[in-house]
Amino acid sequence: MFDLDKWQEILTTIKKNKLRTILTGFSVAWGIFMLIILLGSGKGLENGFENQFRGAAKNSLWIWTGRTSIAHNGMNPGRSVRFTNDDYSNLKNNIDRREFISGRFNIFWGNQVTYNNEIHSFGIRNVHPEYEFIEALTITEGRYINQLDIKDKRKVTVISTEVRDVLFKDEASDALGKYILVNGIPFKVVGFFEDESNNSNNMRLIYVPISTAQMVFSGGNRLHEISMTIEANTIEEAQSVEQDIRNRLAAVHNFDAEDRRALGTWNSFENYMQMQSIFKGIRLFVWIIGIGTIVAGIVGVSNIMIIVVKERTREIGIRKALGATPFSVISLVLFESVLITTFAGYIGLVLGVGLLELLSGISTDFFADPSADFGIAISATVLLIFAGALAGFVPAQRAARIKPIEALRDE
Amino acid sequence: MITIQNIHKSYNMGTNSLHVLKGIDLEIEKGELVSIMGSSGSGKSTLLNILGILDNYDKGEYRLDGKLIAGLSETKAALMRNEYIGFVFQSFNLISFKNALENVALPLYYKNISRKKRNKIAMEYLDKVGLLDWAEHMPNELSGGQKQRVAIARSLIANPKVILADEPTGALDTATSYEVMDILKTINHEGITVIIVTHETDISRMTRRVIKLKDGAIEADYIPETIRDYAKVV
Repeated sequence: MFDLDKWQEILTTIKKNKLRTILTGFSVAWGIFMLIILLGSGKGLENGFENQFRGAAKNSLWIWTGRTSIAHNGMNPGRSVRFTNDDYSNLKNNIDRREFISGRFNIFWGNQVTYNNEIHSFGIRNVHPEYEFIEALTITEGRYINQLDIKDKRKVTVISTEVRDVLFKDEASDALGKYILVNGIPFKVVGFFEDESNNSNNMRLIYVPISTAQMVFSGGNRLHEISMTIEANTIEEAQSVEQDIRNRLAAVHNFDAEDRRALGTWNSFENYMQMQSIFKGIRLFVWIIGIGTIVAGIVGVSNIMIIVVKERTREIGIRKALGATPFSVISLVLFESVLITTFAGYIGLVLGVGLLELLSGISTDFFADPSADFGIAISATVLLIFAGALAGFVPAQRAARIKPIEALRDE
Repeated sequence: MITIQNIHKSYNMGTNSLHVLKGIDLEIEKGELVSIMGSSGSGKSTLLNILGILDNYDKGEYRLDGKLIAGLSETKAALMRNEYIGFVFQSFNLISFKNALENVALPLYYKNISRKKRNKIAMEYLDKVGLLDWAEHMPNELSGGQKQRVAIARSLIANPKVILADEPTGALDTATSYEVMDILKTINHEGITVIIVTHETDISRMTRRVIKLKDGAIEADYIPETIRDYAKVV
């Protein structure tokens, strides 16, 4: 039911009191504006941190070795612990929640990558095929390392698009299948990858099958790192997997399972989950502050409406004497309040979203792409109408209780 | 039209209560032109409020057009007022931000009559009180007499059975007062019951029945002898 007359009545009153309406509306618009900006910034912060995790699976676990720091089974601290291919097989076969797993063998010298006259220094990562998923790589052309490469110790390499462009220059478009020299040994280029991680070094790399690297770069069965992704839903689950790994490796290599110098780990899932709970907290905090600001706006509107009712006592008395029912008086005040809040709030909403839109290009390490999504806009709108009704409720009731005799009494 | 039997009304003023109406019996026929007189504190305003369904009473019985007016909800009372009663006040009580036409049309708004239709009817009533050319004027652009004529047009528009006028000439000079009284008399001739509360004797003389209140009771109820005296004065 759309009552044109009622809205005309309300618009007339609003027009008669422009300044009052603008001031009231401003507090509401400001409240919504702040809420949207806060929510958007929260989102931006979250996106920023989310970017930090991009380029590696969010459930990855990285393990490396060092020197023991705790005496164990009668042996002094300070012994070196070293991974071998056996550790890789051990974890691959025995860890229940393992998803993907890869060993890594590092070369600490040379790193010279050559094609014709282009001689450059790039990182050389020697890994298993599943490393592709642990590092969350995107293969743009060709393929990644596969099991046959490992089995046959093929001299193949997967290079980043950046490395390709640097080495091949004009020939970049048909670089696939060409041979490059890695520390003087020819390797066939079988694929190109991209890594979205923020760390630009991750694009200055080439990947080589681990078995090939151990053979040609005289590594024997030595591994430097093992990384894997795990299936875990809670931090506790992730931690229990980590503990399982520690226990197994400690038993094999004869060190204390609690010795964090002997065996280093980094559990991205744990970090990710902690980050998630921090952001849950931030989001809650932002809503509380935002709603607090809006409540201040509502109280403002309510206050003004009470004054309005007081000012209009006589008019309301006249209306009642002429046959206005309590309901029509209530709706007069209530609708005015809802109209002011909704309209002003909408302006705040548009300004807030507009500002976020302007900032949406921004992308730094910890802040990226602030935005308020459609759902937030909807909830804010519902909140506004509700707030307007709430703000008008008490004054409207007051208006309905006005007695015509008292209102019309001649002073 | 109006039957009042043994009406009592008191106001509570803290611990003591003020007995304002002390058993009023009154019968007003359809088409009468009655003035209610009395000094301040005699209870005439209270009586008018009860007659206008703006206030309730403690004891007795009030029937308007045969209907018992007692214990009505606010909504019901509002609808009754809209249907049966037109008010005219001493201070006009026009809504300041509405022009003459809108003021006159307001009671029809509460009858849910469309804007177009009620503006048309309001024009007719403005014509009737001689203010057709002033329809678009705001109340503060009108003289006292004009304002009261707008108020009278407003009180008439919903076709009430009774017009209740509370000191309708109280804020007007003599000449304008008589003009307003003329209009009220014309209305009365059309068959509408008109009840005027006044403390001016010359005004009461223009009515056909005077009811004098004193200390919350009817002191006298008579037909004024000099019913046409005012003609000589003008």
